[in-house]
Amino acid sequence: MKLSLAPLQYFWPREHTLAFYRAAAAWPVDIVYLGETVCSKRRELGLRDWLSLAHELTDAGKQVVLSTLALIEAESELGVLRRQVENGRFLVEANDLSAVQLCRERGLPFVGGPTLNIYNHHALALLMEDGLCRWVPGVEQGRALLRELRDALQAQGGRMPELELMAWGRMPLAYSARCFTARALDVPKDQCGFRCIEHADGMPLATREGDPFLTINGIQIQSAEVVDLAPERDDLLACGVDVLRLYPQADGMAEVVAHFRQMLAAPTAPPPRAARNGYWHGQPGRHELALPE
Amino acid sequence: MTPAVRESSITGGPVRESLMQLVCPAGNLPALRAAIDAGADAVYAGFRDQTNARAFPGLNFDGDELSQGIAYAHARGRKVYLALNTYPDSARLPYWRTAVDQAAALGADAIIAAEMAVLDHAARRHPQLARHLSVQGSATTAAALRYAHERFGISLAVLPRVLSIQQVERLCETAPVPLEVFAFGSLCIMVEGRCQLSSYVTGVSPNRHGVCSPAKFVRWDEHPDRSRSVRLNGLLIDRFADGEPAGYPTVCKGRYRVGGEVFHALEEPTSLNTLDILPRLAQAGVVALKIEGRQRGAAYVSAVTRTWRAAIDRYRVSPQQWKSESAWQQALAAHAEGQQTTLGPYHRAWH
Repeated sequence: MKLSLAPLQYFWPREHTLAFYRAAAAWPVDIVYLGETVCSKRRELGLRDWLSLAHELTDAGKQVVLSTLALIEAESELGVLRRQVENGRFLVEANDLSAVQLCRERGLPFVGGPTLNIYNHHALALLMEDGLCRWVPGVEQGRALLRELRDALQAQGGRMPELELMAWGRMPLAYSARCFTARALDVPKDQCGFRCIEHADGMPLATREGDPFLTINGIQIQSAEVVDLAPERDDLLACGVDVLRLYPQADGMAEVVAHFRQMLAAPTAPPPRAARNGYWHGQPGRHELALPE
Repeated sequence: MTPAVRESSITGGPVRESLMQLVCPAGNLPALRAAIDAGADAVYAGFRDQTNARAFPGLNFDGDELSQGIAYAHARGRKVYLALNTYPDSARLPYWRTAVDQAAALGADAIIAAEMAVLDHAARRHPQLARHLSVQGSATTAAALRYAHERFGISLAVLPRVLSIQQVERLCETAPVPLEVFAFGSLCIMVEGRCQLSSYVTGVSPNRHGVCSPAKFVRWDEHPDRSRSVRLNGLLIDRFADGEPAGYPTVCKGRYRVGGEVFHALEEPTSLNTLDILPRLAQAGVVALKIEGRQRGAAYVSAVTRTWRAAIDRYRVSPQQWKSESAWQQALAAHAEGQQTTLGPYHRAWH
């Protein structure tokens, strides 16, 4: 199995982001996804900066993929998307149907991102006709669903594309037109002051009993807990997972990558370092709410 | 379906004279009849299973009921659309395909679908059956709509409740198909089709199982001080003081602690109401206004449909003199969630 670094979900100061990716050049990951997928107002790095990082990381031996915005609302955002698709060199991760269509119209291959809502083999086969060459399912698609999908695809003579699964990080759960960070700070979205830059791992949201529940990250909502699929290594292999996707976090990412690289070569799967992902087992994503299997 | 264009006597510029259709919800046969009687141009409904996004117990239609509903509507020159807008996995895909076949056999005027395999099946097997892209399809741009149009031959798309009125106006100009927008009803704060909050807590998913915050996971507890708390699969969604109004507990409308404060961190219980911008939606070329609420009863459907019918008809007769009437607003507010309404994402300041 290969390892990938997922697109950065948070908004970090420019120098922080550049330093992160320059360090990542020396980490044992095979694939690096670059670009802003959450909020188009986050402009510490522009497309030119991302492309320059893409060249540096390619020179360091990584496969680089440019990730597109999950929710596109404005013409200006479509313009950025068009420039990403027409970059001329790097593969694109399509995170909505606009990106799929722009790739399809140009005959370009693409990675199908986690917000495309692919739940069955027929939808996957249609997108493969359109140019999908690797698929990153969303958080809901667990073990049983993926197995059934693979069997159904093979039964009709199809072949799975490369399969990449989220293996580390806070689970992306929802997107909105509203910015929840701005709402929490009581500032209008149009004058948000880019305050999410102050929350390198998002803002924690807890229940009224103080139970950590969700993470606010601009227009995106994530789980509070980091999930870790490393303990399921053998199961992941049996399911034909080709790439494990690790989501960047503010601290300790080098160790996370090293841990995953090590565990891939170890004789047995490692014990959990973070929360269990209930979805993988066909349960509520929040594992502690699951019934015993 | 292209809106007619005429010159405006006031501005001299082109005004698109809308033929806006009123599309109303029906969770059962009485609601369907109520919607038709109150002036709906079309009613949307679902089968009594997980093939649609309002798969609540006691709601929706079996084949016979749908057949009766379609006959009732067609006898009065109205239409019935069938929502088949959830996302089947591979094992259950044959069931969804059969549902499409059944919709065609029963004579539904269109299906409303989001999932590619469902749309593809409908396009190949039942090319004569109109296909509307559901709000669950999360298509927000002309490029995304081109995809659904070229790939599945959709003839209309329902927009997610995320765009501002300016963005809706622009999209009406560039979209390859006519657009329907949500006009009134409970407001999903998240992009439809892109929300896993309910499944994160319960394992039951709006996309996969057609239900958000299923009732069987909801538990109310009353405490000695007469306050009440509500949990979803054991997780505390909110607490209410004695006498404080309490709505249905979806994750997005609970109160939580963020940065030391407890508030509706995601959204308040409130309803979308676009009545004030009806002329703007009409002039933009929006072809249909959708009322949310298949989970609501015939009284809601009747009152809300009647109000919107009156507002649209008034606009049709005298677009220049049209203004929102307080009687209309009162009728709608009475049926709004939390008795309050918002223009929601159509209005920039709301964000």
